[in-house]
Amino acid sequence: MSTAAAGRLPMPGMKVYNLKLGMWIFLLSEVMFFTGLIGSYIILRFAHPEHFAAPGVVLNVPLTAFNTFVLICSSVTMVKAFAAVEQGDQKGLQRWLLATIALGTFFVGVQAVEYSVLSSEGFVPMAELYHAVGRGAVHAEGAAEAAVVGGPLYGATFYAMTGFHGAHVSIGVLCLLYVYWRARKGKYSAASLGGVEIMGLYWHFVDLVWILLFTIVYLI
Amino acid sequence: MSTSEAAVQAHLHEHGGHDHEEPFLRKYIFCTDHKMIARQFLFMSLFFLLVGGLLAAMMRWQLGFPSQPMPGAGGFPDTMAPGGIVLPEFYNSLVTMHGTIMIFFAIMPLLVGLFGNLLIPLQIGAPDMAFPRLNMASFWIAVPAGLLMLSSFFVEGGAAGAGWTSYAPLSASGEWTGVYLGQQLWLVSLIVLGFSSLAGAVNYITTIISMRAPGMTWFRLPLSTWALFITAILVLLAIPILTGALIMLLFDQTIGTGFFRPEVGGEPILWQHLFWFFGHPEVYILILPAMGITSDVLANRARKPIFGYHAMVLAIIAIAFLGWIVWGHHMFQSGMNPLLGTSFMISTMAIAVPSAIKTFNWLGTLWHGDIHLDVPMLHALSFVSMFIIGGLSGIFMANTPVDMYIHDTYFIVAHIHYVLFGGSLFAIFAGITFWFPKMFGRMMHEGVGKVHFVLTFILYNIVFFPMHNLGLRGMMRRLYDPTQYEYLQPLQPMNEFISIAAFGLVTVQFLFAGNFVWSLFRGRTAGPNPWKSNTLEWSVPSPPPHGNFDGMPVVYRGPYEYSHPDAAEDYWPQNQPPPPEVGPGPEVALSPAPEGVGP
Repeated sequence: MSTAAAGRLPMPGMKVYNLKLGMWIFLLSEVMFFTGLIGSYIILRFAHPEHFAAPGVVLNVPLTAFNTFVLICSSVTMVKAFAAVEQGDQKGLQRWLLATIALGTFFVGVQAVEYSVLSSEGFVPMAELYHAVGRGAVHAEGAAEAAVVGGPLYGATFYAMTGFHGAHVSIGVLCLLYVYWRARKGKYSAASLGGVEIMGLYWHFVDLVWILLFTIVYLI
Repeated sequence: MSTSEAAVQAHLHEHGGHDHEEPFLRKYIFCTDHKMIARQFLFMSLFFLLVGGLLAAMMRWQLGFPSQPMPGAGGFPDTMAPGGIVLPEFYNSLVTMHGTIMIFFAIMPLLVGLFGNLLIPLQIGAPDMAFPRLNMASFWIAVPAGLLMLSSFFVEGGAAGAGWTSYAPLSASGEWTGVYLGQQLWLVSLIVLGFSSLAGAVNYITTIISMRAPGMTWFRLPLSTWALFITAILVLLAIPILTGALIMLLFDQTIGTGFFRPEVGGEPILWQHLFWFFGHPEVYILILPAMGITSDVLANRARKPIFGYHAMVLAIIAIAFLGWIVWGHHMFQSGMNPLLGTSFMISTMAIAVPSAIKTFNWLGTLWHGDIHLDVPMLHALSFVSMFIIGGLSGIFMANTPVDMYIHDTYFIVAHIHYVLFGGSLFAIFAGITFWFPKMFGRMMHEGVGKVHFVLTFILYNIVFFPMHNLGLRGMMRRLYDPTQYEYLQPLQPMNEFISIAAFGLVTVQFLFAGNFVWSLFRGRTAGPNPWKSNTLEWSVPSPPPHGNFDGMPVVYRGPYEYSHPDAAEDYWPQNQPPPPEVGPGPEVALSPAPEGVGP
């Protein structure tokens, strides 16, 4: 029984197909998820300003600004992938998907490097272990005596917010790999591009969230 | 008829409308058919309802007969109840798990999982959900969540003991409750369950928006479907807030972050804000579908159109919207700016307006109706009356000064049970008995059903009504042993009385269980439309075949055209074409018709 196929029949006169509608609805839920995280961050930061440091003292803003640029570029390549499939350009679709995968992976990789550097400087989520000394201070002589910058809430909120975003990017990369695999098998065409389109919606959402997070966590 | 529609029709004739013999696993276990998933949710939730009830019975034993051995319970492990005497730590677990299981694994999957799956595609005239495989996943994510929750009883330290609200810092570190792994399992279980709810919500909303049959305009939807639609929106937007908060609490517990731990600078009140920002929409998730079910049953069993259909829909939307801006009324005692408290008080009281609109419209529906007092109707009537009591006690609590006095007492326990048991659960009984023939093709036994109703109704009231009194006289909720306090000792006879009635209440539920099982195999065979109902689910065989409808149904009128003068009988099915000389033909009605067509 083709329940799945029958289930996808849209209402007569519907302008949006079900997959796309479903993705938009799912993204509303994602908005609420990040709203909860960002809201918690704002409350904690206003309640305990002494736990947080000025921009650039602990976090590497230039590196992350570059990473932000990479992620925005990946949104452009995603748009190009969708434009390619709209014109039935299979090679273009695969090429641009691959570029998006590469940029997404690069973003997560930079984030991993950032995490490892930060934690070596004592910037960790664990409240009892938190002893961030600020950028570069760990390399200086007598690092042990360097004053601790900020407090445990800084580490916890930073890793929670960027970590959940990183998880979303990673899941996005896995989904992109699946879309790429299907594209290689020629499953998409100008008439059947739903999978690419909803992939794009998700990817742009993740990109948009990052712009907010970058502003709130790194720049303010 | 457009070409795409013709294609749809042809497709349905080809594939839908006929039962295929499928292998056992595909038919009963990993099934994508919404009706089977509804039944799976039904059986799972009834099991958890039983578990939750037994946990409550153990709590009542301790409260009625403090620190006496439970009869016949000598086999309990020493970490829970040595010699049948409930330990304080185990009592904490009982309180927590009773609330959690009843809310997340019984009432919510019954209302949303069972009725959402069963009713939405059938009532809107769709062959299935928009995403059948996602729908199947929704159930099979809920099962491991439930198993995780139950397994926490058997780990070291026992099950979570910080209450179903799991306030931090009590819940943020095991050193306060002595529960480490149990609390973490509780958190993980609810996080996993959140994905199940989310999958369901995305499915329901998409299905209702995009898969309604021709002519099924928004204001021809039955109120059950309307309520489930709004509920799905609440689930979609509220659950992620809970998930985020649960994950933060899990980090506090496991890796030692400090979100909610005041000793390292965290904010325990932040947990309360996040929890209740989810929690208040959640209570409407637990009552709105019940209101929808009640509306359908009342109109049908009174053989009258629902009074004020549009007002009923708008009231659901108003309640759902207001539900987002009232969460602070759970936190009057947590300390807040009095001005903020006042605004939470006023917004909370504003909810009384749409609630009263619904109540008066139900009474208006009954007025001069041809009332059939059968089992679903009895349960629906008791929903209305119990909801009035629970709603009125809710206004007490909305008042900040009154709430200061009754906060965290048994008055709150009485209120939540008047809306959740007296409200939701009676509506669930109404819904199960009403749609049982559609699910299983047989009627439930009427006589046993009535005995079950009468006993439940009486026992329920004598269990929960005196709790208002206990609360006003200062008995705290979640209290292990009331006799420890001198001022509560005079209340002990009342506690004993409540406990004995509670054991009766749990016992008579086996009447329902017995009736349920008996009717599955021996019940009177039901035709397609035993209640002479208008809505689309009754226009197909009971139980409906795969694909539900033989072709695409066309809808000509609203769902509540009972006792209409132009109809041949006292009901007028939504998909019955109007007589040619009276109304427009199907060609006209195919384009979504103005609502005025069905008078």
